[in-house]
Amino acid sequence: MVAAPSTPPPVVEVNNLRIRYGKEVALQLDELSVVPNEIFGIIGPAGSGRTSFLKAVNRMDLFDRSMDVEGSIRFRGRDVRTWKNVYSLRRRIGVVFPLPVGLPLSVYDNVALAPRLSGVRAKSELNDIVERCLRRAALWDEVKDRLSSLGSLLSGGQQQRLTIARGLSQDPDLLMLDEFSIAVDPVTTMRIEDVLKELKQELTIILVTNLVQQARRLADRTAFFLGGRCIEIGATDAIFSGEVKDRRTTDYILGRFG
Amino acid sequence: MSDTGGGGSLFAATARDLDNRKKQARYRGVFLGMTLLLILPVFLILAVLISRGGPILSLGFLFTYPSSGMTAGGVFPALLGTIFLVTAALVFSVPLGVAAALYLSEYAADNWLTRLINLAIINLAGVPSIVHALFGVGAFVLFFGFGTSILAASLTLAVMTLPVVIVSTRESLQAVPRAFREASWSMGATRWQTIRHIVLPNSVSGILTGVILEVSRTAGETAPIMFTGAAFFLPFLPQSVYDQTMALSLHLFVISTQVPGVPDALPYGVALLLISIVLIMNSASIALRMVLRSRKKW
Repeated sequence: MVAAPSTPPPVVEVNNLRIRYGKEVALQLDELSVVPNEIFGIIGPAGSGRTSFLKAVNRMDLFDRSMDVEGSIRFRGRDVRTWKNVYSLRRRIGVVFPLPVGLPLSVYDNVALAPRLSGVRAKSELNDIVERCLRRAALWDEVKDRLSSLGSLLSGGQQQRLTIARGLSQDPDLLMLDEFSIAVDPVTTMRIEDVLKELKQELTIILVTNLVQQARRLADRTAFFLGGRCIEIGATDAIFSGEVKDRRTTDYILGRFG
Repeated sequence: MSDTGGGGSLFAATARDLDNRKKQARYRGVFLGMTLLLILPVFLILAVLISRGGPILSLGFLFTYPSSGMTAGGVFPALLGTIFLVTAALVFSVPLGVAAALYLSEYAADNWLTRLINLAIINLAGVPSIVHALFGVGAFVLFFGFGTSILAASLTLAVMTLPVVIVSTRESLQAVPRAFREASWSMGATRWQTIRHIVLPNSVSGILTGVILEVSRTAGETAPIMFTGAAFFLPFLPQSVYDQTMALSLHLFVISTQVPGVPDALPYGVALLLISIVLIMNSASIALRMVLRSRKKW
């Protein structure tokens, strides 16, 4: 399987993926690929299997014994379940959760934790990482004078940017955001959206969102999940201008349900 | 639901309202009375102990040996013995209990083995202390051949306190939100790294609180040490963990019931000392919990 020369090899490639919780199928995904340096939006109502998908990509399913994953997800060309070292896989994928999680460590340690755990010791190198990641997450100016205060006591919007900085701390190839704006005010949301547009130059982003308009603003391509199926997948502009295969996509986008 | 109330005003109390109000006051009174009844024994015990045993307590009492066939003198070897026993019991029960709690909270899947372990812990907590004592005799004194010794007695105490250490530790670990663990795992941290850097630092105060409460309970136990390592009377201090030792709780029992001619104040003094140790320990744990709360990190 050699990719056509015009298209770069996908970052994430899914084939016949099926995620089950017990007997209940949460997601059935025949084919999906995410290409480098795009923002890939996933929209759809709650319970459509979007979060399960993210968990399967970075193998967080290992922590959920009720979750059963079949089929293949390739990350950088390799099936994620054949990565011998899941920790190195996870280090290459940053994750941002719906609710901001400032770890009960200092702001500095929040960002420096992961690099430290994977062996970075030099103080100057850690300083560089912390400053770079906080700058990239548009948080540096607000916290540079109190790097030693607790990350878990920052405001919600700041904590969410701290989470992004943490997700960037190991120079990931892929950043996955799961409804990052659910607990964040509109102004901060716009700031983070600007950050994501910048980050797109350097890495690939999967953006799961409840806000249809957010996908429209940010995503290059958008997928619409419904009831554990991928109903629609295509260029965001096309989808939002009505070029859809399935009527339900338009209904959802226009807010007729969901 | 007829409106039988007087006055005719919309908000006037009906006869039923008045009746309910009276009943409510009555029940409140009954429950308050029960609660006061509950704290009465505590204050009575303390009052009696302080008035009758208080005068005898002094530094000299703490640091001198019993004399004249235990009818005079202090409690030094018993006090020291209790400290030895409790410390040794903690040395065994805390690492074991914390390790078990970590396994159950952070690693174990919900399967038959875990459920069996949980059942065992609950049952272990329910075993009467005299049964623990006989188990200690059978296992540590005889089978392992430790003899009646500090080692055997403290191991018996450790077995007895283990379930409480496990349960309180597990609760402290569970109080750390799962979201923290998931954030750490998702960055490629292993389970152990997550425990070491996220879970333990944020639960250690809670674990300590549990351990301190454990100390106060262990210090007062008599039955488990009676046959396994606590001595009636020893004119010298133990030289190794294979020696017997005196202990405050057993000493109190002995001078209250087994030795003729003990002046009244002596057992009251020992009882007051014992209860003071427990109260000090409990206060320490409350203080620790308050510090912990004031430094809430999330």
